[in-house]
Amino acid sequence: MTYVAKPRTHHPKLPRNELGLTRRDYEGAVSTLCAGCGHDSVSAAIIQACHELSIPAHRVAKLSGIGCSSKTPTYFLGKSHGFNSVHGRMPSVATGANMANRELYYIGISGDGDTASIGLGQFAHIVRRRINMTYVVDNNGTYGLTKGQFSATNDKGSTSKKGAPNLYEPIDLAMMAIQIGATFVARSFSGDKAQLVPLLKAALKHEGFAFLDVISPCVAFNNHNGSTKSYDYVRAHTEAMAVADLIPIHDEIRIDYAPGTVEDVAMPDGSTLRLHKLHGDYDPRDRVGAMDTLMRRAQAGEIATGLLYLDDDPSDCHEILNTVDGPLASLGEAELCPGSQRLEDINAAFR
Amino acid sequence: MTVPIQAVNDFVIKFANVNGSGSASANGMFAKALFRMGIPCAPRNIFPSNIQGLPTWFEVRVSEAGYLGRREGVDLMVAMNAETYAQDVAEVRPGGFLLYDSTKPFPKTLRRDDVSLIGVPIAELILGEFPDPKQRQLFKNIVYVGALAELLEIEWAVLTGMIEEQFKGKEKLIGPNVRALEIGRGYARDYLQAPLPIRVARCDGVGDSILIDGNTAAALGFLWGGATVAAWYPITPSTSLAEAFELHAGRLRRDDASKRNRFAVLQAEDELSAIGMVIGAGWNGARSFTATSGPGLSLMQEFLGLAYFAEIPAVLVDVQRAGPSTGMPTRTQQSDLLLGAYASHGDTKHVMLLPSTPKECFDFAVEALDLAERLQTPILMMTDLDLGMNDHISLPFRWDDARCYDRGKVLDADGLDAVEKWGRYLDLDGDGIGWRTLPGTHPEKGSFFTRGTSRDEYAKYTESGEVYQRNMERLERKWATAATLVPKAEIREGSKPKACGIIYYGTSEPPMAEALLALKRQGIELDAMRIRAFPFGAEVYDFIGRHETVFVVEQNRDGQLRSLLIIEGDLDPASLVPVLHYDGMPLPAQVVERHVAEYFAAHRKPRLSEVTP
Ligand SMILES: Cc1ncc(C[n+]2csc(CCOP(=O)(O)OP(=O)(O)O)c2C)c(N)n1
Ligand code: SF4
Ligand SMILES: [Mg+2]
Repeated sequence: MTYVAKPRTHHPKLPRNELGLTRRDYEGAVSTLCAGCGHDSVSAAIIQACHELSIPAHRVAKLSGIGCSSKTPTYFLGKSHGFNSVHGRMPSVATGANMANRELYYIGISGDGDTASIGLGQFAHIVRRRINMTYVVDNNGTYGLTKGQFSATNDKGSTSKKGAPNLYEPIDLAMMAIQIGATFVARSFSGDKAQLVPLLKAALKHEGFAFLDVISPCVAFNNHNGSTKSYDYVRAHTEAMAVADLIPIHDEIRIDYAPGTVEDVAMPDGSTLRLHKLHGDYDPRDRVGAMDTLMRRAQAGEIATGLLYLDDDPSDCHEILNTVDGPLASLGEAELCPGSQRLEDINAAFR
Repeated sequence: MTVPIQAVNDFVIKFANVNGSGSASANGMFAKALFRMGIPCAPRNIFPSNIQGLPTWFEVRVSEAGYLGRREGVDLMVAMNAETYAQDVAEVRPGGFLLYDSTKPFPKTLRRDDVSLIGVPIAELILGEFPDPKQRQLFKNIVYVGALAELLEIEWAVLTGMIEEQFKGKEKLIGPNVRALEIGRGYARDYLQAPLPIRVARCDGVGDSILIDGNTAAALGFLWGGATVAAWYPITPSTSLAEAFELHAGRLRRDDASKRNRFAVLQAEDELSAIGMVIGAGWNGARSFTATSGPGLSLMQEFLGLAYFAEIPAVLVDVQRAGPSTGMPTRTQQSDLLLGAYASHGDTKHVMLLPSTPKECFDFAVEALDLAERLQTPILMMTDLDLGMNDHISLPFRWDDARCYDRGKVLDADGLDAVEKWGRYLDLDGDGIGWRTLPGTHPEKGSFFTRGTSRDEYAKYTESGEVYQRNMERLERKWATAATLVPKAEIREGSKPKACGIIYYGTSEPPMAEALLALKRQGIELDAMRIRAFPFGAEVYDFIGRHETVFVVEQNRDGQLRSLLIIEGDLDPASLVPVLHYDGMPLPAQVVERHVAEYFAAHRKPRLSEVTP
């Protein structure tokens, strides 16, 4: 599953951004995810977005929880500090980091298990607190890293690796984010670069909490009886390699469709996602309208994609807490310590 | 007839009230008045887990000799809660006194021949004075303070001075409050025999001390120590620590020109989130802390393991209360010691600081911030409800303006340019501590991936058992370094060697001097050591090694400090004798005295008086 490392030699023809850097300067370590995993496409889109925005990579902090998705910060922006924390708790770590230094870009990467199950509480509260960051969920409807259990974003009725149908209602994270107060909410598909890259760029530039729900197929845990891509099918038909842990090589699923149109995407698990790219005249500034659209599209069996909601004048947690400009982390004794005289005053007040 | 107790500046007074009736401030005023008369005293609030309606008590140990641990038995009971009369009268020592509201008679069946009843018709006295029923409730409390002023000879100017201070800016309230005091005093003067055989008298027992609770002290320590990010989730008895930090930071940490804060306080959604925030802030270079109690510490386990293994500075205060589970949430204990020491799965262990006084809460809070950054690991400051929430007489806080914060090994951009080859987890000087870098420092150098998975010296993910083990061994070296940096144990040994020693820590300190003196009177002399931190320094094991038998005093059922000493020092369990107290109340000297004396009796240990004529 590991690719051979590409030497980091600069192709003279690679386009350079305002910092004189090429895309390759924004890459990270070689991915160890399954070939064709949607998460790698998201990483590629992040690389492209940061390159195009000419963001100095060292001014970005990457944070994640645990899961295949949460591993991906290693695979982009190698010159950024990264923090792979614990399962479902990236939001609190990102919050603390952001409190310490408001001047960096923060990219949080999570999975649907990480955010919608174990971390649902932290997710809700980071949205409420309006931490200035870009929060991406690589949403594959499954627990990739623990091998294919249902996640809470999976549609009711779809089948799992073992063939059991999902019995529970799905959580729509984008809907939740809008409802709790996110000022930027978008949804896209990992393989839809034309849509995802501009959304990521807008999210990075958004000075508040930006949430991106990115549908990102897991190619390893696909189990549709009729599908030749299914786990069972491949196992049964690959006699020489009939081992339980065989993961079929899969191609990245790419799509490109126009605003206002609907695209059916065949997923590795044999299901079909019907994506509805919001039309150019959709008004993302209407919060109630956004929730209405999401629900109506869902009722029609479609998933609305695009910029779902935007508040052009966002506030962030530092504004709420009225903190000083500049990083709290770089304040020294002179700014922080009230000194001996003040302490004598305190002593006097307790006599 | 029992002879009434006679005592000046040496008694225990206990107030029995109803929670939510406003008694806390009146009782606090009583204690502070004694403090201001120079009399050493130790107030202790014994409160229910309830907002209104349940019984609550406030106990003050008054001791000119400076014995400020809890003492068993009550000399004067101020019984303001008819519901608990039976229990309250039973606690009074023979020859003691009980003051009650005689608007209604004291039940005949509860009367004791050996306890003098003092009736003050409080409700009746104020009925005509204060028309507003809410005011009446509040002033009831002030009236008994006024009566006590006469009965115990508390200086009047001290009391009225405190009322004036308290209502500065709300002068309208001064008159009625003083009036309530006068009503109580007047009744006692006219109808009671004052002063009582127990009373107070100004003395010179407190010097320049202050009267403050440990939570406020720790909060101030964090403020002076440069903490900028505080994250917490409400839980008794730690809540007031975070609140005190926010209050004082709001006053002392605001940029004068912009009126903006040089701190951020976040009330998290739970303790998991609180410690996550602290770790995120620490990773990003800010000094950060959280305060919690047992249930919160339980929730924080996974994150603490991450901070230990990924080597991130974090500071946590555990204001311990009686467990297990919700236990007795408003009672004190030292029962989280093992949980703190080895918090989280895998081979983890954590540095713990064990303060005994508000002054140490302040100093150790500052120290904790330094140690966290020096050692790049969580520092747990273990206090308890008694220390955290009760006022204690403490040495005043001191600050040396020349003191610099120890920010530990952090490479800045110049440093990164200067080093040949940098690896986050390379141990260059044998102390087990690598150089860390902060996000945003250098465009080309110093970035790395922080993770809870195993990695090599260059922060690269690895599943190599050899590399993993090497890293774990380096963490052991760091642990050894920690043992040299944490506060040393305080040892009290006489010039001649003694066969037995006694070890204690935290809030077991106040009763200890009294216990040791009482034991000495029985011919039992002990060397004493107060442990102030974990890992234990060499001095701790030297002390144990010098003594045949060592008692370990602690406020939990399982002898957790004793276990830690045995585990970490590979000691023979027989050499350490547990002295345990865990009913949720602060440790009285008498408990220590009893346990040790019984052990001596049972094991026929020669008393000093028997071996040295
Ligand atoms: C406290 C805890 N419980 C369970 C796990 C095991 N675990 C690792 S990843 C994962 C699920 C990840 O799912 P998701 O976030 O959707 O990421 P994906 O792998 O699908 O990208 C689980 C349950 C863990 N690491 N920590
Ligand atoms: S298991 Fe699924 S989510 Fe994980 S790397 Fe493979 S394809 Fe991606
Ligand atoms: Mg997933």
